[in-house]
Amino acid sequence: MTTPWETQLKSLIQTEPARSPAATTALLRELVEHLRQHRTELREEWARRITEAKVLTAMSDAEIFAEATSVYDNYVAALETGTFEALQTYSRNLSERIIPRGVETHEVIGIVLLLRDVLARSLFAKYQSDFQLLNRILDAYEPAANRIANTVAVGFVQERERIIREQQEAIRELSTPVLQVRERLLILPIIGVIDPQRARQLTEQLLRGIRANRARVVVIDITGVAAMDSHVANHLVQTVEASRLLGATVIVTGLSPEIAQTLVKIGVDLGKMNTVGDLQGGIEEAERLLGYKVVPSEAPALISGIRDET
Amino acid sequence: MLQSALVEKVGKFRSRGVIVDVTALDVLDSFASRTLRDIAHIIRLRGAETVIVGVQPEVAFAMVQLGITLEKVSTALDLEEGLAYLDQKLQHARATP
Repeated sequence: MTTPWETQLKSLIQTEPARSPAATTALLRELVEHLRQHRTELREEWARRITEAKVLTAMSDAEIFAEATSVYDNYVAALETGTFEALQTYSRNLSERIIPRGVETHEVIGIVLLLRDVLARSLFAKYQSDFQLLNRILDAYEPAANRIANTVAVGFVQERERIIREQQEAIRELSTPVLQVRERLLILPIIGVIDPQRARQLTEQLLRGIRANRARVVVIDITGVAAMDSHVANHLVQTVEASRLLGATVIVTGLSPEIAQTLVKIGVDLGKMNTVGDLQGGIEEAERLLGYKVVPSEAPALISGIRDET
Repeated sequence: MLQSALVEKVGKFRSRGVIVDVTALDVLDSFASRTLRDIAHIIRLRGAETVIVGVQPEVAFAMVQLGITLEKVSTALDLEEGLAYLDQKLQHARATP
């Protein structure tokens, strides 16, 4: 059965040069019409194919169908208008919802490509009698469909990257705590590998911490640092000097034998640095500088507590 | 200007301590730092102590990256700390004549 639209189309194709914008627009409109008409069965077919392909296992069938409906409608709308902003927003939104549930990149790309296949197949079925028209329809459909797939995939990956960046930020925040252990005494335990970026951030946090806590003495403990290169060592020296400009004395503790050897070998000037063997010694030295004195009380609470129980 | 005026005042008021507050400075370049250092040294020759206070964290790090460390010049967090430092230092000097 030929609709008036199709007759018009055929004449258009014959008169207009191939791939002209007007012809493409007309073809796309024809296409959208078809997709709207067969919305129900195409959507079901798609959902069936998704289940069959065993992707999106993290989601229930009902959820898949609900999402499939919105994706389908957005897909058709993008084909119709040729603008992808709405689809972009939707795919970002969708990604936000499904990433925490463990949906993988290949699954998202997979389902969009499945939809592309399902729709292409229905176009084949519809226009199989007229090969030339089918060709033109596909010429109009494919670039648009590819762009849609691209948009959804990029949206998903961008969302993932945003989450990764946020998590990295959180880890970085957590990995350099500046702790106050006494009035005016800060401790900065450094654990793990120090790269230039982390070193810079560390210094920034320490200097801010000195200001915020009005610290006089800072103990930087690097027991947990396995290796140090000249760049990082120089940065450490700079941090010590910058802290002094803010009026705080820095004590560095926990230099491992390897790091001590490396530092001497690469010729870092540690003359300005106040170093103590371990964290305990560092805190004791800091207390001395601040005028604190730790005196054991007459009856140690721990021992008297044990005696009471027995 | 500032330098000579300050040094003169130290003599005039028989000052024991001087506090230079740089809280309002967003940048301290090598010239400014050298001036600060010179002030501190000159004032020491005049028999008083100098404390630089209020260096901002960003400024401090920018300075050490330029290799400016204000060696042998006392520093404190802010005006209050600077006063406390001078009090302690001058009392100590008086207690042990």
